[in-house]
Amino acid sequence: MTRRAASRVLVYLSLVLATLVVLLPLAVVFLTSLKTPKEMAEDSGALALPDDPFNLHNYVTAFQDGRMLSAFGNTAVILVAAIGGTVLIGSMTAYAIDRFTFRFKKLVVALFLVAALVPGVTTQVATFQIVNSFGMFDTLWAPIALYMGTDIVSIYIFLQFVRSIPISLDESARLEGANAFTIYRRIIFPLLKPAIATVVIVKGINVYNDFYIPFLYMPSEDLGVISTSLFRFKGPFGAHWETISAGTVLVILPTLAVFLLLQRFIYNGFMRGATK
Amino acid sequence: MMTDTTRRAARPVTEAAPAGPGPVPAPRRARLWRRVTPWLFLIAPLALLITFTYAPIVDMVAYSFTDWDGVSPELRYTGAGNYRELFTRPELFEVFFVSGYYLAASVVQIAGALYFATVLSFNVRFRNFFKGVLFFPYLINGVAIGFVFLYFFQDGGTLDSVLRLFGHDTDHAWLGTPESANVSLAGVSVWRYLGLNFVLFLGAIQSVPGELYEAAELDGASRWHQFRYIIAPGIRPILSLTVILSVSGSLSVFEIPYIMTGGATGTETFVIQTVKLAFQFNKTGLASAAAVVLLLIILAVTWVQRRLVPDDKVELV
Repeated sequence: MTRRAASRVLVYLSLVLATLVVLLPLAVVFLTSLKTPKEMAEDSGALALPDDPFNLHNYVTAFQDGRMLSAFGNTAVILVAAIGGTVLIGSMTAYAIDRFTFRFKKLVVALFLVAALVPGVTTQVATFQIVNSFGMFDTLWAPIALYMGTDIVSIYIFLQFVRSIPISLDESARLEGANAFTIYRRIIFPLLKPAIATVVIVKGINVYNDFYIPFLYMPSEDLGVISTSLFRFKGPFGAHWETISAGTVLVILPTLAVFLLLQRFIYNGFMRGATK
Repeated sequence: MMTDTTRRAARPVTEAAPAGPGPVPAPRRARLWRRVTPWLFLIAPLALLITFTYAPIVDMVAYSFTDWDGVSPELRYTGAGNYRELFTRPELFEVFFVSGYYLAASVVQIAGALYFATVLSFNVRFRNFFKGVLFFPYLINGVAIGFVFLYFFQDGGTLDSVLRLFGHDTDHAWLGTPESANVSLAGVSVWRYLGLNFVLFLGAIQSVPGELYEAAELDGASRWHQFRYIIAPGIRPILSLTVILSVSGSLSVFEIPYIMTGGATGTETFVIQTVKLAFQFNKTGLASAAAVVLLLIILAVTWVQRRLVPDDKVELV
């Protein structure tokens, strides 16, 4: 029994240690974001508490000079368009693949399957030329089209759900004279709500966090999204860690809020997304 | 979409007209319509898939045999020259060794994730809190993580301050030497991605029916035996998936080192090098060859895994 107790203590110890490892780097950045440049210059150490815990001055600087407002705006536009597109594309593909038999179906399925194996980072050299030839380079369209067009995981998620909707529903609707588009719009799509929720959450977080695509395709400062605008803090704010920290906290806060509100959906979403 | 609906709705009228004696073959238009319908749903998805996934692959292979700079209208066919350059200039291929650090880190990461998933699948107080804390880093923006850890490793930053707290005064420049920098960056990668593996493992463990544990408990099975004989078999599919994702992930690391060091002090990875070749030095041909090599390696790794662990769950239709 004492061995069990000892192992219990060790387990809790390891959990507390892990919690510290996760939270300490974040907490220190939060503390830093509340310090004044003067405090930073005095170098009282990274763990020292700020003199004024309500000093929001750095946040104002980050918001104004760091152009965070336009970054949040651009990110929001891309989020809405890319997620809407992904939901439409994914659900249509899933409906067509699951509910119809047609020639070359195997080939179509194989195309989607193999595409899932190709990591996006490797093909950007050539994707860039294609995006450029469409005149989408340095516009919001580039990330929107790429997020929409290369998301195989959401197609998997939709496919699982479409399959679970009984075919008898389609058939009875067809008997009443509904055609394929009406069935998709009135029956399948509304029943896909849980899948849509999953895709919106997973896709939303991925798009919000993506750095590579906006960095590559939208170099103009006006088109900065969260990631690229924050990345640009590196230059002008150089050693001003209090401002960089404030920007970092600003970027993390929405994620934290979403996580706390939607925890259960987020766990389920990422589980479904990863196991396909 | 509106016109489609109305046309379809009008169909029964025309169909009723020839309804004479004998079985009526489906009218040709209806049959044609039925054959076209799935393609109407697939046309946009397929167009996007081909434009942004397959066309780039084909182009990339084509560019890899040329000396194109990505801008000028001129390009010369150079045969396998780019590939030869890639394999014979050691500094171009060396970047693959950096992946070794991340590969080693992913072993630590998977082991850690397994440990925490096992521990938290038993009754533990504040379970949801710990689960949330472990998972949260995975959701954070990569640039934010980069900055958090730049400050963490900075001279007199978080890490130094904590070490000083324990009486260990150090002025070690954590990102100063190639080895230390790569180990530090790989550590950041563990911090970031452990949570995802952990949650996936936890989900798999919890899908094992609870009675099994109860029965094992009654039989006096130790925690280790419960892990060995109940948990381990339950998570095998997800474990093999995680391993494959870790290997291809280690080969295509980009964000963390690019944001934190820009690839300086020997932390350049293969993807950073490719991006630099393509977009800074305008060597589209050479960069394409590099990307083709990486793609082939990743496909090969995936193929090996599929062969070793035939997973019938991955079937699509």
